[in-house]
Amino acid sequence: MIALLVRDLRLAMRAGGGFGLGLAFFLIVSTLVPFGVGPEAKILSRIAPGILWVGALLACLLSLDRIFQLDFEDGSLDLLATAPIPMEGIVTVKALAHWLVTGLPLTLAAPLLGMLMNLERPGHFWIFLTLLIGTPALSMIGAFGAALTVGLKRGGLLLSLLVLPLYIPTLIFGAEAATRGTAGLPASTPLLMMAGITAGSIALLPFAAAAALRVNLR
Amino acid sequence: MSLWEFANPVKFMALSGKVLPWVIGLCTVTLIPGLIWGFFFTPEASNFGNSVKIIYIHVPSAMMAINIWVMMLVTSLIWVVRRHHVSVRAAKAAALIGVTMTVIALITGAIWGQPMWGTYWAWDPRLTSFLILFLFYLGYMALWAAIDNPDTAADLTSVLCIVGSVFAVLSRYAVNFWNQGLHQGASLSLDKEEHVSDVYFQPLLLCLAGFTLLFVALLLVRTRTELRLVRLHRLEVRERMKDA
Amino acid sequence: MELRVENLTVARGGVPVLEGLAFTLSPGQVLILCGPNGSGKTTLLRTLAGLQPPLVGSVSADPEQITYGAHADGLKATLSVEENLRFWASVHGLSDIAPAVDGFNLRGLLERPSANLSAGQKRRLGLARLLVTGRPIWLLDEPTVSLDAASVTLFADAVRSHVAGGGSALIATHIDLGLQAETLDVGPFKANANRPRSDDQRDAYADFDEAFL
Repeated sequence: MIALLVRDLRLAMRAGGGFGLGLAFFLIVSTLVPFGVGPEAKILSRIAPGILWVGALLACLLSLDRIFQLDFEDGSLDLLATAPIPMEGIVTVKALAHWLVTGLPLTLAAPLLGMLMNLERPGHFWIFLTLLIGTPALSMIGAFGAALTVGLKRGGLLLSLLVLPLYIPTLIFGAEAATRGTAGLPASTPLLMMAGITAGSIALLPFAAAAALRVNLR
Repeated sequence: MSLWEFANPVKFMALSGKVLPWVIGLCTVTLIPGLIWGFFFTPEASNFGNSVKIIYIHVPSAMMAINIWVMMLVTSLIWVVRRHHVSVRAAKAAALIGVTMTVIALITGAIWGQPMWGTYWAWDPRLTSFLILFLFYLGYMALWAAIDNPDTAADLTSVLCIVGSVFAVLSRYAVNFWNQGLHQGASLSLDKEEHVSDVYFQPLLLCLAGFTLLFVALLLVRTRTELRLVRLHRLEVRERMKDA
Repeated sequence: MELRVENLTVARGGVPVLEGLAFTLSPGQVLILCGPNGSGKTTLLRTLAGLQPPLVGSVSADPEQITYGAHADGLKATLSVEENLRFWASVHGLSDIAPAVDGFNLRGLLERPSANLSAGQKRRLGLARLLVTGRPIWLLDEPTVSLDAASVTLFADAVRSHVAGGGSALIATHIDLGLQAETLDVGPFKANANRPRSDDQRDAYADFDEAFL
């Protein structure tokens, strides 16, 4: 399993691996929003936690279809399925690799981008904390969506349509916790709810995703 | 004689063919009188005006939108556990009706909301939940549409339906949490019956029964069509293989 | 480890393509699978490898004993030959890739990204993967595609030494590999609606196909 993780990370770092694309996308979205809503610092700082969350979510979405698609096309997925790793393990490792390559950099970059959005002081910490807890759920849910659509020729758009509704609870609790924390209000309830979604997703979704992968391979 | 016997496509086709005219008949004699009663023979409500009469479409369609998703969840589970073809085709057929009901509920809600709250749309928990439900229906149907092989499609959509149900419930709680709501409309729905006098409530019950029967009738028709489509697909594949 | 199959029906897209298959692959044996294109050889191999369930019957061997060599080699273009091999070796819990490298004459190519390999070299790398799985039963789908004569000899030698070591191989191929092998022709097992069927075959199809007839 570690071999698979190392391979996926190595592939992401090499040319054409797409590492950093999500990060660049996140930067662009955060730059575009002030162009859209105007440069007024008060408005920007109020909407900053939400915009950063939506931006991170979309950046995460961008690379989901690569989780299984490339391995499916070149036949590695067939060979992995017959290897002595359970399919659930493959799914979990792939989701983890996606998070390390996409979710974690986004989490680290978000406080910096917060400065562009006039995010107030405690907000930097809160956006970092909520994304740190929430992005693993985004990767796991995304891996499930990718497993559903892996056999399809043009699955990318469909993948977004399937995954985005599933992202709604995580987004609501995550953005709400970040907003409340920034405003100095108690934020533990949404934070705990989001942590619950993350824990539940990591515990249960690998089984659903593995089932979907098996169906798509046969 | 067990219920599972009707999971056999032949038995289902035979039985549903016989039952269908009766269901359509029953639906006609409940839904049409119910709507006429509700629209033309109920007094105008002093505080709501005439627009209130849209509840005879709005409330039943909203209830059906949710119930149909629950029914899809059950039939999907049956497919996953027992692999009965009728079950999963019924889920697919129901989605089409469910999404229509959701759209009707959203549109009638908007039409009603305008005179009531002065706006067509508000990010009220109920409305938002329905919008999210609509997205779930769309995703489910899009996945069906994207996959050629009927059995693969059945397996994958069932998994999506089961996982989606969990997230739909989570969304409902999340939305409630996100915006505690300014929904004065709740006073008209069934969970606060005491606010609705019998004059309005009796025709509403008739409409609810009518909508349920309408759903059953449409479901039977559509499931029969779906089963025939699968049969057609199998025959096509077989022909293609003969040529090869 | 013996691979035994009895009364096996395999299906593609829910439609039976081969039915009533019965054969045994014992340790030390090579079985050549032949039959025209589209006759269901790939479907059979995928079923034996455990990638799809059989419609009727079962496969006696444990999937953990089987390695499957598909049309696609499962190589990553940006990884070097050595990295590709090491990955598959460690997935299967092995670390020694030297026999695979030498067996398929890849020593001089180790550092090269597999994107820069020719089609035949890629195929050799794909076949070398079989040796790093350490599994006794090989199921190979057209292994010699795009190999030159010298490489075909390398491959045949690899199969020979694998079999000599107690392994076995089921190979779908159209060329003569010069191996001591028996032949399994799938032609007679082609699924046919007019063929008399056993009871469990009928049960398996009855749920849908015959439903409307």
